[in-house]
Amino acid sequence: MTSPLDLLLWAVLPYVTIAVLVGGTLWRFRYDRFGLSTRSSQLHESRLLRTASPLFHFGLLFVAAGHVFGLLVPKSLTSFLGVSEEMYHLGALVMGALAGCATVAGLAILMWRRWRTPAVRGATTRNDRLTYVLLGVVLLAGMSTTVLTNGVMGEYDYRETISPWFRGILLLQPDPALMESVPLTYKAHILGAMALFCLWPFSRLVHAFTAPVQYLLRPYVVYRSRGEGLGTRELGARERRRERQGL
Amino acid sequence: MRVMAQLAMVMNLDKCIGCHTCSVTCKQTWTNREGVEYVWFNNVETRPGQGYPRQYEDQRRWRGGWELSRRGRLRLRGGSRLRRLGSLFANPELPALTDYYEPWTYDYRTLTTAPLGDDSPVARPVSAVTGAPTTIHSGPNWDDSLGGGPENGALDPVVAKLRDELGHQVRFEFEQTFMFYLPRICEHCLNPSCVASCPSGAMYKRVEDGIVLVDQDRCRGWRMCVSGCPYKKVYFNHRTGKAEKCTFCYPRMEVGQPTVCAETCVGRLRYIGVLLYDVDRVTEAASVQDEKGLYPAQLDLFLDPEDPEVVAAAERSGVPHEWIQAARRSPVRDLICTYRLALPLHPEYRTMPMVWYIPPLSPVVDALAKTGFDGEDAGNLFGAIEALRIPVEYLAELFTAGDPEPVRASMRRLAAMRSFMRSVNLGEVPDQNLLSGVGLTEDQVRAMYRLLAVAKYDERYVIPTAGVGQAHELEAVATKCSLDTEGGPGMGGGGGSRGGPVELVVWNAQSRPEGLFPRRERS
Repeated sequence: MTSPLDLLLWAVLPYVTIAVLVGGTLWRFRYDRFGLSTRSSQLHESRLLRTASPLFHFGLLFVAAGHVFGLLVPKSLTSFLGVSEEMYHLGALVMGALAGCATVAGLAILMWRRWRTPAVRGATTRNDRLTYVLLGVVLLAGMSTTVLTNGVMGEYDYRETISPWFRGILLLQPDPALMESVPLTYKAHILGAMALFCLWPFSRLVHAFTAPVQYLLRPYVVYRSRGEGLGTRELGARERRRERQGL
Repeated sequence: MRVMAQLAMVMNLDKCIGCHTCSVTCKQTWTNREGVEYVWFNNVETRPGQGYPRQYEDQRRWRGGWELSRRGRLRLRGGSRLRRLGSLFANPELPALTDYYEPWTYDYRTLTTAPLGDDSPVARPVSAVTGAPTTIHSGPNWDDSLGGGPENGALDPVVAKLRDELGHQVRFEFEQTFMFYLPRICEHCLNPSCVASCPSGAMYKRVEDGIVLVDQDRCRGWRMCVSGCPYKKVYFNHRTGKAEKCTFCYPRMEVGQPTVCAETCVGRLRYIGVLLYDVDRVTEAASVQDEKGLYPAQLDLFLDPEDPEVVAAAERSGVPHEWIQAARRSPVRDLICTYRLALPLHPEYRTMPMVWYIPPLSPVVDALAKTGFDGEDAGNLFGAIEALRIPVEYLAELFTAGDPEPVRASMRRLAAMRSFMRSVNLGEVPDQNLLSGVGLTEDQVRAMYRLLAVAKYDERYVIPTAGVGQAHELEAVATKCSLDTEGGPGMGGGGGSRGGPVELVVWNAQSRPEGLFPRRERS
């Protein structure tokens, strides 16, 4: 029998997170397009950023790819393809640890840089600070799952529990019971990640959703017409009503 | 043939006195805001000199503009699209703030709040970025009027190129040195490398007038345009995290007014007008193998608005009649195509720039006058242009990718005009051979003199308004700001964001975007 707390954490919260992430992102794209920016601080400091930023971002891309592989690819498929449990475990451990280390190291240097460079520090908002702390917590918890729970302390096959649970969420068949036996590090990582995803649309992290892949396909020089609305400003609801009333 | 109209500018360097009025008025209009303290859409630099940002012309370092691949195809000097995307997280060619300068203000308050004492209080410099006390190391115009001073001359990338690659030693000895001012704005290129570098597709060239703008609502702050522009005329607003650049004052242009820099130019040296060009041949012209062929190739792009075929093609391409009329009266076209006086700045960047320059003859005249000769006598002056080879080589590196012939021809025409008009004014019989020698007729020289020396306001600026067909809408422009358009481009942004465009001029980091929350209705 699943306790109400487990039900809340592993069946309700994931959907809340998805709703906030999707809804928040749409809202931001619709109402605050001007606010969507990397808010790069490279202008202020370039030397540390040049190593740390690619380290962090590319590391994170690898980490994300690893998560997609680990969570979405069922165990049956990899064993069908002839990947043994040991091979998979070793691969995930080594690659995960490498990518994770790069990301954590990158983030550490970036946070140090942000702290130590007055101009960069001045450009840091409270929202940014919260984002970095949360990002750091999630990353460290994730590293501890890979390095501690799954490495030093032995082996934990998350593909029997967490992965089916995650797929169940996406398939609208949540099964919180699967999460009951999961080690604490994993639980902390997942809860932290849900908090991070809730913050995502409202923080600078949203720039990840604007990754400019279309650049590879479009012609070099963009031409645009001045457009129809020249010099006219569309009336808001209030002004339109006023106009109707002849005010 | 696909005809497009381009608003272009010509600056007559002979008349620039380096007063910086253009820079100051531009700054006050557009960049006296948080985040762009260090930004000067218009700046005036002393040549020889390092320019702003420092040594921006050294493209081996900054990798701006275009280059030809081994197979002769045009590509960004900063690398392929994949390489550009790969350097999103840290752009190796991005100038640091110190390459421009660290903006500062002064702690003026101490002047009034300091307690009574023996020493008069001092307002110490304070960084405009961090607010901390700072030491001023350089400014936007640090070597103003220093010209080829011993610490500066060799730092000029053009001087360095002449020395290293061509073996010309530019002389900086006291009596042989020279200098002139070079005002710079965005070139609004026909083949803009900043637009080509923008991963988001936020930068664009306006179809109607060729002005290059940044859509603030689409810019995501990837900063590729900053390094992509070889003139370093796209800037990063460190507060909003977006690119900003010279807009050719398009809200003024649309109602037929010249740019702020041109309007306030004390020397009346700027000219604005329309040029028609064939947009289908731009890439071909920018891909000419020999760099020295780029200036003639660009000249070849410009179309003759008197030619009925061109007019028909222009009408087919949707160029309004008023714009074709303006192209016929364009002072810019006269200076660039008819008199061949104006030359492009650094055509070797292959961006096909559209702010052109008339090379300065005055330093030559002055140098001549100092030696005791008559500085405006044609024989002396022609000889001097030849003899003072160094300025010509230097100017050629700036304006014609190193080919001295067009520079020399332009200066000879200027010299012939001076000499001719002097004999007219002194009541002498003008020497007709003088004019035929430089390929001009007497009428042309008189018209040239009127345009350059008399320089009437409405002859300097021939600007068609945004369109008669839209006249009723334009009425709103005069009372409202045309930055305020829904879905409109440029400074005001507005790419469909629900709350309308962000008012960039009054934006501050703490403000909440309008429309973020539903407006509270009040009865």
